[in-house]
Amino acid sequence: MNTTQQRSGLVTTALLAPAGVFFFFLLILPLIVIIVYSFGERAPAGGYSPAFTFDNYLNLPARGKAILNTLTLAPLATLLTAVAAYPIAYFLAVKVDPRWRLALLVLVMAPFWTSQLLRYYAWILILGSKGIPSWLALIGIPDLRIINTPYAVLIGAVYGFLPLMVPPIYVSLEKLDKRLLEASADLGATPWRSFMQVTLPMSLPGVATGSMLVFILLMGDYILPQFLGGGKVFFIGNALVDLFLQSRNWPFGAALSLSLCAIMFVAIFLYMRFVLRQSNLRQEAVV
Amino acid sequence: MTDTISTKTFLEELRRYQKGSVSRRHFLGVTGLGLATAVMAGAVPGLKPRRALAQNLSGTLNFTTWPNYFAQANFDEFTKKTGVPINVAVFGSNEEMLAKLQAGGTGWDVFVPTNYTISTYKDLGLIEPLDLKRLPNYDLSTQDPRFVSEGTIDGVVYAVPKDWGTTGYVINTKNVKSNPTTWKEFWDLTKGELTGRTMVHDYQLTTIGNALKYFGYSFNSNDEKELADAEKLLLEVKPHLFAINSDYQPSMRNGDAWMSVCWTGDAVQLNRDIPEMQYVLGREGGEIWTDYYAIPKGAQNPDAAYAFIDYILTPEVNAREVEAHGYPSTDSRTNALVPKAMLENPILYPAQDLLSNLEFGAAATLTNPLRAEIMARFKAA
Repeated sequence: MNTTQQRSGLVTTALLAPAGVFFFFLLILPLIVIIVYSFGERAPAGGYSPAFTFDNYLNLPARGKAILNTLTLAPLATLLTAVAAYPIAYFLAVKVDPRWRLALLVLVMAPFWTSQLLRYYAWILILGSKGIPSWLALIGIPDLRIINTPYAVLIGAVYGFLPLMVPPIYVSLEKLDKRLLEASADLGATPWRSFMQVTLPMSLPGVATGSMLVFILLMGDYILPQFLGGGKVFFIGNALVDLFLQSRNWPFGAALSLSLCAIMFVAIFLYMRFVLRQSNLRQEAVV
Repeated sequence: MTDTISTKTFLEELRRYQKGSVSRRHFLGVTGLGLATAVMAGAVPGLKPRRALAQNLSGTLNFTTWPNYFAQANFDEFTKKTGVPINVAVFGSNEEMLAKLQAGGTGWDVFVPTNYTISTYKDLGLIEPLDLKRLPNYDLSTQDPRFVSEGTIDGVVYAVPKDWGTTGYVINTKNVKSNPTTWKEFWDLTKGELTGRTMVHDYQLTTIGNALKYFGYSFNSNDEKELADAEKLLLEVKPHLFAINSDYQPSMRNGDAWMSVCWTGDAVQLNRDIPEMQYVLGREGGEIWTDYYAIPKGAQNPDAAYAFIDYILTPEVNAREVEAHGYPSTDSRTNALVPKAMLENPILYPAQDLLSNLEFGAAATLTNPLRAEIMARFKAA
């Protein structure tokens, strides 16, 4: 009995060891370095010089605009992506002939076969003046500038992150118990009411998971605003790249990246609490 | 044995050799150093002069440079001759190169720093002194002295010049009809009729520097009041910009942008393909610069690095470089081999009255933290 327990403990340790070592060296240790750096000073020619100061944190308002831009555009882009993804997921899970389902799911993921960078380059051309604006000019909407604006960043985000949003929603819709919908119809609900009161609340966890994936990636993104925003749309990620690679103010960069982590933590916490409460309330209402 | 020679004669000969008045062979012969080296080499093989393209090179060469900045044919030939393949990495700014070298472990063998960075690299101990004996094709006497000085610090050579250039702006005369000649016009046009069509570099040195020129201040100004004026102008201009990006060729070519801050060679390349593209050097001045070849400390393959720099500075090879990238060489031997049309091209060789107003960027301009903050505020606005 005792030895069995001991052995199982050993096995658990052995199984967890690789992941533990991995996390220690590649997550915990670097995090400690970043924390230490964030209290240091910028060396005269850039980089890090040891010190103990809170200046880097007090200086955070200097990047307030970047934080504000990110906190506006990232949630907005996540919302738009969810709105765009839901009908696709619904169609795949509920409407489509099961024979085609797998092929269509694969097609949703197909854009991932090409490098993200290449796809953004393509969008630069599509949204540039020889792309969509030139077609719109033909039908009388002249001189529309899309590329290098926040709108281009939003379009790119919806396009780029849609394949991440569809599968979680699809999964939650697919495992939805169809008998609930029959019951709802039996009780006299219109299809719209059934959708609003049964399908949507039951699939909210999928929406929440997908949104989380997209939101986290967007919050830290710098390629998308750089490419489709033309360097004019400035996210926290862009501020970080500049701090580490241009002005080489590593301590300030460390403080800003820790702030990004903190902002994400709070945002995700609030969001999850909101979603779970909504989902519970609706389900209680259904019951 | 050769006769002994006095210290004074030796120094005179050394000066003559350094000025390029006599050949290396003459210098080694008359001073007896050649013979001495040969005798020593018999005993100490390490002292044997190495042939530039030695047969026993191995590994790969990691070369870090700027966009659109070399002739692929030259690199292919180097690989064919030496068996050493070249990995090219392209960077967007000197700060980025510096950041990578500061972080360490780059694996670079040769890189291309701009004049104002070399003293910083030397102070931080990130760069190797060059052994000119291993660069027989580099000849100080045929170099334009304006473009070598910053590669040599306290008499030690850390970098040898690659080419030089200016920072002006390119206009597409199909769309820009007003024939601007100043930086003032550049910014005023941007705020006015060219709204949404102008690009500036994602590089504080040139973007802030040329905004300073609007007011007639120095390109290198680190004065707080003057920088505040430049920031005010940049924030006012921001909504009118097409993009903040140092990779401006694609947008200029496809017609999205009509005017952009621009370096010599990009203007040459754009003008070669689209004759309507014209290069303007602001009358108020602006930047003149030199790019160098240098070897970072701890380079993995220094033998290949020397062989590469020596190969690329061979006049025939260097002339092919100039033809490809469109930046003028600092070496008169190379210029003798460049097509006449290029030597007469005012984009490469602007009129003297325009050149005399230009300034070399300074080390303090690049590392000034206030400038970095202004750039961040400008981009975030």
